[in-house]
Amino acid sequence: MAVAFNLLLGTTGLLSFGQAAFFGVGAYTVGLLLTKTGTGTMPALGLSLLTSAVAASVIGFFCVRLTGVHFAMLTLAFGQLIFAIAFKWYGFTGGDNGIQGIPVREIPLAGLGLLDIGSTKSMYYFVLVVAGLAVAFLRRVRSSPFGATLKAIRENGQRASYLGINVMLYQWTAFVIAGTFTGLAGGLFALMEKSISPEIIHWTKSADPVLMTIIGGIYTFVGPAVGAVVLIVLNSYIVAWTEYWALVLGMVLLLLVLLLPGGVIGFVNEKARDYLTRSGWIRRWLFSKSATS
Amino acid sequence: MAFLEVRDIVKSFGGLRALQDVSLSVEKGEIRAIIGPNGAGKSTLFNVMTGLLSPDSGEVRFDGERISGIPPHRVIRKGIGRSFQITNIFPRMSVFENVQVALFSHHRENRSALTLARNFREVTDEVLAVLGLVGLADKFDSSASVLSHGDQKRLEIAITLACRPRLLMLDEPTAGMSRFESRETIALLQKISREQGLTLVFTEHDMDIVFGISEKITVLQQGMVIADGEPAEIKANPEVRKAYLGEEIAE
Repeated sequence: MAVAFNLLLGTTGLLSFGQAAFFGVGAYTVGLLLTKTGTGTMPALGLSLLTSAVAASVIGFFCVRLTGVHFAMLTLAFGQLIFAIAFKWYGFTGGDNGIQGIPVREIPLAGLGLLDIGSTKSMYYFVLVVAGLAVAFLRRVRSSPFGATLKAIRENGQRASYLGINVMLYQWTAFVIAGTFTGLAGGLFALMEKSISPEIIHWTKSADPVLMTIIGGIYTFVGPAVGAVVLIVLNSYIVAWTEYWALVLGMVLLLLVLLLPGGVIGFVNEKARDYLTRSGWIRRWLFSKSATS
Repeated sequence: MAFLEVRDIVKSFGGLRALQDVSLSVEKGEIRAIIGPNGAGKSTLFNVMTGLLSPDSGEVRFDGERISGIPPHRVIRKGIGRSFQITNIFPRMSVFENVQVALFSHHRENRSALTLARNFREVTDEVLAVLGLVGLADKFDSSASVLSHGDQKRLEIAITLACRPRLLMLDEPTAGMSRFESRETIALLQKISREQGLTLVFTEHDMDIVFGISEKITVLQQGMVIADGEPAEIKANPEVRKAYLGEEIAE
């Protein structure tokens, strides 16, 4: 989720406070389909991609028209709207009770029998593989011409439009991609926890990916994932250690932001830059050309 | 009709008339300077001509097509390149990436999301060619933000040229450059526009440059065109002399 989010913030420079909404849309899609219908696990996950993509395209359509704080506020407003739906609509979403006991069905593998992901361990590997694939996909997108275009928009939107780039269209696309993958994360969450409640959509949850991204490093790809690990580990250790966990966590975050403004990975990158130039491939390309000609 | 036709442009900001019935026409292949004291409306005119601002009335036509009132990215796609008075580049990207993204946009390849950028070999070659043209080839992997001011300006010209414009609009291409740097840049611009048959419209404060390279000059003052013609006519024009009272034009 944090990696998807960073496509928006780190790569495109859009700060969205409504990311929890798409997480929720994905989670509720999977939860509702599995409890109320006989849908298989994989189709349900697939549909969670679809529903969150639809939600993100509609919400994104309005949001990319605004910039900066206004953009953030509007995403927040839409996020709370979806929260309200999940919280109040007892008949459909179960209201504040959420959805309990989501059945996880076995996944039919073509010709190879059934894959049972009922146990914690097999579930862990399943989630790891799906998330890994999603991260690999996003990584590829980031290194594509499309990703380069998003980066250019973050760096300088006006200049980008003076290259003939339709800035709003690209921001919207990035918004939809980020929303879709956040939805997938929500779907996986529903499978893992087997119960969901409206809390996961509340806007305070939207702050998590923001924190994860900032801790890990906003302008790097693995940054958000590292940030997620740091945040979760910090959270569980500090809670075990003192009841003033929020205070300690706050101070640690403050120190991280002040001392490592580029995030943990940004810091590591800076140190590594002397040894590895990122554009090494251009040199090799030039070299291979001069060698053949 | 001329290649670039500006007709009766009016633009106000609140009560301030920034442009008042501005008209000018530029022929294909021409080098045209737009000059005027600070606040004369040069940048506003540039912004109207490239879609950043919509005129209150009047229109701009480029190669027969109306381009006023449409957004910048569509103006650019018609074959106009623009650079800015304040250097406008992508700071946290390398010199190479700066030009690369311009070329992706030009070739409409910025939509491909699943092929790695480095696999676009032709684009890589083209980027290096453009960088060679402006003399930045050896700095391709430094971050754009650490370049000297002159190099940043040159990079911006490279970005602008990468989109293969037919009309190049440069807002003070030598602002903030040393004398040596500006001379080099101007020589470069002259060379490129001659080689590629570009039409060049630029604003500039340095009168040596203006009278040195332009074929025609338009003089703006307080939002109005007060003179329009060849350098010799402009030099002799009493109204222009008055506007530039005491400045080097009176030499």
